[in-house]
Amino acid sequence: MVRELQEGLPLVSRPFAELAARVGVSEDRFLEEVAALKASGMIRRFGAAVRHQDLGFVHNAMVVWRVPPGRVEEVGRTLAGFKEVSHCYERATAPGWPYNLFTMLHGTDRAWCRETAARLAAACGVDDYLVLFSTAELKKSSMKYFLEDGDD
Amino acid sequence: MDDLDRRLLNLVQDRLPLVKEPYRALAGILGVGEGEVIARLRRFLERGVIRRLGAIFDSRPLGYHGVLCALKVPPDRVEEVAAHVNSFAGVTHNYLREHEYNMWFTLLAPSPAVLAAQVREIRERTGMTDMLVLPAKRVFKIKVNFELGGV
Repeated sequence: MVRELQEGLPLVSRPFAELAARVGVSEDRFLEEVAALKASGMIRRFGAAVRHQDLGFVHNAMVVWRVPPGRVEEVGRTLAGFKEVSHCYERATAPGWPYNLFTMLHGTDRAWCRETAARLAAACGVDDYLVLFSTAELKKSSMKYFLEDGDD
Repeated sequence: MDDLDRRLLNLVQDRLPLVKEPYRALAGILGVGEGEVIARLRRFLERGVIRRLGAIFDSRPLGYHGVLCALKVPPDRVEEVAAHVNSFAGVTHNYLREHEYNMWFTLLAPSPAVLAAQVREIRERTGMTDMLVLPAKRVFKIKVNFELGGV
């Protein structure tokens, strides 16, 4: 089912019936299973993956923050609460890389990204941060899961 | 892109109804015919505005492990190094960024062992020994919907 679902939903009136037929189950059963996968969190979202650059969101900025270990939870929640922030992760640090909180901003211009980062900094009280603008997209694709074996 | 396009995109990014006739359901919300919805979605897919329609899986409950990696690539080697990096199916995103570490990519693999082996392979194939490998420790937010005007 995961393999069929990640190929994308066919553009026909009853797309689930088509996928169900490929897997060899009924349309009802297939829909129930999809709902269960969604409820369990395995399916994060059921919808369209869009290319934001085509929608005018041309600047993607990764803002990285150096947050004292004891404040990560609080700062992470604060930053995640901003609608301008699409992703917010805590990551391991490395020698020469002390930044432990990562946020993504998507804006129509650089000034907006810089101003937004400054607003976030003021809101969370962390002033050690970098704004890393993207200058080129070298790859963007959807992950294909479970293709190694039993694939036909 | 007209107003109906924007409304449709906002709707399908958020959630496609899990019903037997999802496009008819969307058409009902938008007040147009099912054929109109399907035709517009087909156009979005053809033009690449929509990369994919359907389930977006969370890698972790599926048992996949991921890291964010960064390399310091000399400008004249960007193309060559990107070709090596991008040849891994588990590399889903790769961006050039303005920093000493200028190439940033995500790598997903079905197990920690495979992940470690692929990291090693990327180091060897590219000859880049200075590579950041940063696993996520906590996820505070993943949201990739983009609100368009006109709604």
